Amino acid sequence: MKALRKQIDKIKPHFEKGGKLEKLHSLFDAIEVLIFVPDRVTSRGSHIRDGVDMKRVMITVWIALIPAMLFGIYNIGLQYYQSINVEAGFWEMVWFGFLKFLPLLLVSYIVGLGIEIIFAQIRGHEVNEGYFVTGLLIPLIVPVDVPLWQLALAVVFAVIIGKEVFGGTGMNILNPALVARAFLFFSYPKWMSGDKVWIANLVNGEGVADTFSGATPLAQAALYETDSMPSVMNMFLGTIPGSVGETSTAAILIGALILIYTGVGSWKIIVSAFAGGLGMGLLLNAFAVNPFMEIPAYQHLIMGGFAFGAVFMATDPVSGSQTETGKWIYGFMIGVLSILIRVLNPAFPEGVFLAILFMNVFAPLIDYYIIQANIRRRLKRATSN
Amino acid sequence: MSKQIKIRKGLNIRLKGKPDKILIPEEQPGRYAVKPVDFPGLFPKMCVKPGEEVKAGTCLFWDKKNEDIKFTAPVSGIVRDVVRGERRRILEVVIDAKGDDYEDFGKSDPEKMDAGDIKKKLLVSGMWPAVRQRPYHVVANPEDTPKSIFISGFDTAPIAADLDYIIELMPEEDYQTGIKVLRKLTEGKVFLNLAANSSSSTLKKTPGVEISYFSGPHPAGNVGIQIHHLDPVNKGEVVWYINLQDIVSIGKLFNEGRYAPDKIVALAGSEVEKPRYHRTRTGACIDTITKGNILSDNVRYISGNVLTGQKIAADGFLGYYDSTISVIPEGDYYEFFGWITPGFKKFSFSRTFPTWLMPKKKYRLDTNMHGGERAFVITGEYEKVLPMDVYPMQLLKAILIDDIDKMEQLGIYEVAEEDFALCEYICPSKIEIQSIIRKGLDEMIREMS
Repeated sequence: MKALRKQIDKIKPHFEKGGKLEKLHSLFDAIEVLIFVPDRVTSRGSHIRDGVDMKRVMITVWIALIPAMLFGIYNIGLQYYQSINVEAGFWEMVWFGFLKFLPLLLVSYIVGLGIEIIFAQIRGHEVNEGYFVTGLLIPLIVPVDVPLWQLALAVVFAVIIGKEVFGGTGMNILNPALVARAFLFFSYPKWMSGDKVWIANLVNGEGVADTFSGATPLAQAALYETDSMPSVMNMFLGTIPGSVGETSTAAILIGALILIYTGVGSWKIIVSAFAGGLGMGLLLNAFAVNPFMEIPAYQHLIMGGFAFGAVFMATDPVSGSQTETGKWIYGFMIGVLSILIRVLNPAFPEGVFLAILFMNVFAPLIDYYIIQANIRRRLKRATSN
Repeated sequence: MSKQIKIRKGLNIRLKGKPDKILIPEEQPGRYAVKPVDFPGLFPKMCVKPGEEVKAGTCLFWDKKNEDIKFTAPVSGIVRDVVRGERRRILEVVIDAKGDDYEDFGKSDPEKMDAGDIKKKLLVSGMWPAVRQRPYHVVANPEDTPKSIFISGFDTAPIAADLDYIIELMPEEDYQTGIKVLRKLTEGKVFLNLAANSSSSTLKKTPGVEISYFSGPHPAGNVGIQIHHLDPVNKGEVVWYINLQDIVSIGKLFNEGRYAPDKIVALAGSEVEKPRYHRTRTGACIDTITKGNILSDNVRYISGNVLTGQKIAADGFLGYYDSTISVIPEGDYYEFFGWITPGFKKFSFSRTFPTWLMPKKKYRLDTNMHGGERAFVITGEYEKVLPMDVYPMQLLKAILIDDIDKMEQLGIYEVAEEDFALCEYICPSKIEIQSIIRKGLDEMIREMS
């Protein structure tokens, strides 16, 4: 470690102000603080500080995403080999999935981090860790066959318009990963819906079994083909077509447990989102006039991107509600709206990302009323004695 | 009937180096200092020059905004130096101690005096600055009449002095007189707040005060938290408060007619070989106290506790309001992948560290920041360590954008920087929260005057 530290100290002056590589300062700094937590000590206020920092928080979210990511990689292979009706071993499927997923991940990180570093350099602050998580979320919420140039464009849009124009991590109004998905959905709908895009190479259609349909359970339900939907167990485990990381409710729940246990994700939002979704599902059941509305309410929670959205997207502390009471309302409304849009709006096969973006916009309003209540309590106390 | 109040939010940081209950007699240090920086918002106007002889109680400087408020010498001797910092701001007025001479302010019985005379005596002797006020957490304005006066009889900060122990070593007579003085200063109640497990019979039997018992983690011992729960400060109202040991000094002023800010301080922290209690006096140079008792070289000396104290030099001076000297290691080292390693040596409020696995372990914490400064990202964490009906992040943001109305609405009158010290400790964005709160308080003072 000491030798490495020495090397870093040796080349550091080149990247400081006035050095010949000054323009790469932010890049150098980001790498340095990644390897070594700085020697900066407290100067004002509390003399001791908690060990936790933004990197620790973000790596925890990252770890929570690993089960969903690993399952997603396996599922890419599984779906592919099923579509061409070829028997394949477990590692074969994983390897295929890995080769499909890696480019998505690389494009997301290289483009996103590149922009972050440029902005850090322009603004003269450290590179924020926000994209560390966003960069993994984005490839997990897109179809596996999304063209890489579209993905790159979506990342550019999400980071610049979704985040940096507001001042960077912590200042954004919308969840950047969902901005990327919304961008793709509205710009290139052909690649974001239908029954071809969810399985690798299906668009080309080479070697695909005649009877095979690559439709997601949601799409089948929307067409009232509820008979051909996969079993509840398959939907829960995630061996179904869908965006890369969203299919396995089981893997997502492992992530949810990590987030809730470490306190990094708000359990209030997760619980209330599921409650809202379930409640809306039951309400639809009660007034059901078509097969989609008749789907048992609990199945909505394991279909589409609902679980992934509720666990990893709704819990984004920056774009979500910032008051504890508000989090209950915020989460609940995400659940309700997700199912409402999904079932009753024929234009959108999936409602989760729209519901969360919608509630992102409404979160400040919820907080406003919660805080007004606090202000009123204080005023009342002043006038009552 | 005394009230029992249970504080649920907060955090006890388990530091090594809690002082043992052993009292070391006073060894007079050569130098003392009064530090204007101990008093936020003070503009000192000097009334002595270096080389002049002073007695205990002789005025050193006064407050430009209120000339009645005098700051006096804690001991007799010769003014050695007026240390100035940036923009000639006065940092320390240093006195070389000599003899035991004092200004005679006359013995008097507070029961036979009115509030005006009592205030005069406190002001002229230099005892007044011990009285502070909410709003703003500054030296009280003697022209106000507070709706109540608060005394916190316990300190919950990490490795802070045990006031139960200290008060039993102080002259009880002076303590009783001091309480009588306070009762004259308000028409409302005098609140004395004790730990639920307080063992001090002196404190528990204090006459003429309303005693409440608090249980729960730090910051339950902060007077601001106690005020919030018992008699919250609304706009236009004033509450005064005073440290326990200063009540004894006030008593002495009335019983003996002299200013003698005697104190018992705890020398604590992981870098102290034998953490114990020392008899000394406000403003004392700490070198005689720490001499031969510090384990390593690269340490930080803090006058006060590790959350809110002031960084001082190895031969620095005890602050006006402090009863703890903390010594902890400096953290000026690089840590290889420190953000991802398990971190068994770090004490964290967050479950992302294994702190929760070892509920008994005591920690040797240093001054490293453990990360870089970021914008506000995580929500709902500050609330867990601030036992007040206040939205901390929203208040901080109101201060950052200088929104006076919002600050007022969100409760700026009730808070002090020390109440937010734990928020600052746990903040993963490493934001200097106490400085922001102080900025907000200063802003309000400017706006309201």
